[in-house]
Amino acid sequence: MTRKLAPTRLTAGERARRATIGGGARGAPAALLAPALVAVVFLLLPLLGLLVRAPWGRLGSILSEPDVLQALELSLWTATAATAVALMVGVPLAWLLARASFPGLRLLRALVTLPLVLPPVVGGVALLLAFGREGIVGKYLDQWFGLTIPFSPLAVVMAETFVAMPFLIITVEGALRTADQGFEEAAATLGASRMTVFRRVTLPMVGPSLAAGAVLCWARALGEFGATITFAGSFPGRTETMPIAIYYALETDPDAAVALSLVLLLVSVAVLVALRDRWLRSSVAT
Amino acid sequence: MNAEQDAGLALDAVVRRGGFQLTIAFQVAPGEVLGVLGPNGAGKSTLLRALAGLTPISAGRITLDGHLLDDVASGTFVEAAGRPVGLVFQNYRLFPHLSVLDNVAFAARAAGHDRARSRRAARQWIDRLDLRRLSDRRPAQLSGGESQRVALARALAREPALLLLDEPLSALDARTRLDVQAELRRHLSEYPGPCVLVTHDPLEALVLADRLVVIEDGAVVQQGTPAEVTRRPATEYVAKLVGLNLYAGHTEGYEVVLADGGTFVMAEYVSASDVLVAVRPSAVVVSTQRPSGTSVRNTWPGVVSGLTMLAERVRLDIAGQPSVVADVTAAAVADLKLAAGAQVWMSVKATDLEVYQHTADGTVTSPADG
Repeated sequence: MTRKLAPTRLTAGERARRATIGGGARGAPAALLAPALVAVVFLLLPLLGLLVRAPWGRLGSILSEPDVLQALELSLWTATAATAVALMVGVPLAWLLARASFPGLRLLRALVTLPLVLPPVVGGVALLLAFGREGIVGKYLDQWFGLTIPFSPLAVVMAETFVAMPFLIITVEGALRTADQGFEEAAATLGASRMTVFRRVTLPMVGPSLAAGAVLCWARALGEFGATITFAGSFPGRTETMPIAIYYALETDPDAAVALSLVLLLVSVAVLVALRDRWLRSSVAT
Repeated sequence: MNAEQDAGLALDAVVRRGGFQLTIAFQVAPGEVLGVLGPNGAGKSTLLRALAGLTPISAGRITLDGHLLDDVASGTFVEAAGRPVGLVFQNYRLFPHLSVLDNVAFAARAAGHDRARSRRAARQWIDRLDLRRLSDRRPAQLSGGESQRVALARALAREPALLLLDEPLSALDARTRLDVQAELRRHLSEYPGPCVLVTHDPLEALVLADRLVVIEDGAVVQQGTPAEVTRRPATEYVAKLVGLNLYAGHTEGYEVVLADGGTFVMAEYVSASDVLVAVRPSAVVVSTQRPSGTSVRNTWPGVVSGLTMLAERVRLDIAGQPSVVADVTAAAVADLKLAAGAQVWMSVKATDLEVYQHTADGTVTSPADG
């Protein structure tokens, strides 16, 4: 009985890898490998272009220009304010969506997460129609209090909150939904009121998800463009955030646009690093 | 006794869980430990949830020290947070984000005391349950026995008027179970209020409880002291739990005619007609030939249908009239070549038969009294 086997060489390293991780040959079939490589190149090439074309020599002087600093400062504080607002009202809403039961709950959940898929510019138009000077609420704010929201820093915060808050809500809601409610029951048997249970048990237990949701929300707010430019416009120093500054700089000073883009890229990388436990590791975990 | 009696716990209720329904009534005096013994899924945990206020009862009422906790008729219900009840959960449910000390201090914190004061109060319980060494640890760093102690300390720190334990030892491995058992017994004896412990483990119930209520198919089938229940099981389920052969039958003179076939000769005349007969497996003598010239009154043939190795003995399942479970030594199995299918004779002395009556309320009585 002669049977043809096909022996291959197994290096010591590969032997060890298979012994510890398990599994067989690692090589991917060409039919999968080629498109995968195309995807990688497509995703990374533009970023590479950014790094190659960056005006490294002028970087310091560009980034220390007053209007650049202004845009950066505006972006940072509005994104932070938007995140703070999202935490204050979004977390209670996430709790309600995860724990309460009332008619229309599912519809409400769909509606509050709508901004996730809504084109931001549509969000901007919607905000304008609600809070604009002729808007259904804005009209009265203007008439009664002399308060005009559009094209102000407040409008920037509102636009960013509108677009970014759903990220926080769905992250926290998911965590609340999967959290073991046994701990909350235990807290109740120890005499804790519902609010105490929320503060001392529920919130700490979803803490990591809360932090992840907040970072995600902040990153989304920082990069917000469409809703902001529609609802808040682009007044340098007042409503011109980084993404908007980049967009205009591309016409007048391309080097400045690239430099500003680098800053946002750096922030994005920092966000990824901050969330690595949550997003990256969980995807490779067993 | 009536439900309005002041001290202790009184329950007379129907508790529902999914499609299952448990009808149960009992009283527990201060300082008494009541063990509720029943199979898994019988609604035992739901019973504790009802007592703790986590699940309302479906009918009836619960009173504690004369105060209504739950009353379906009047719609009265005290929420869990408002009940002076300590519940030790089966899997402990220690807060993973808090240290042992802060877990124990939780009740005081929840009551609105500041951190320093709460921790001071908690330290008292930490010391009492010998947890000082562990007080800075997180629950994830505790062994099963340690977690159990922390859970008990956390529940006791609330100074509850009623203590509830859900399968307190089931999450422990066999080795630590014995240590924790002895310790838990000591803590329970120090606890001044009524205590209800539910379990499916008869040993746990026998060791820890002063009185037992056995539930089966949604109803109480037996109640009494552990000694009574182990000696005189009221149902097949209880007999299995405590490891006895149990037969139902009716008396004819000195004989009991068993419902499923066979007869036993009793040592003394019994006036009652319907009786239960309990036989210890170790009281059954097994021989390969028909015993002759013996004083044993009950001998009958059978066929070995199964063998199970126990710690020091072999348990034989023997089919016959009646079928019986008998414990013999491993040496006897070897000497007599007792394999499945072997023809054997069983003998039981009349004085080794425990004959008694079972009444509808779950108590058992001697035929002589009844």
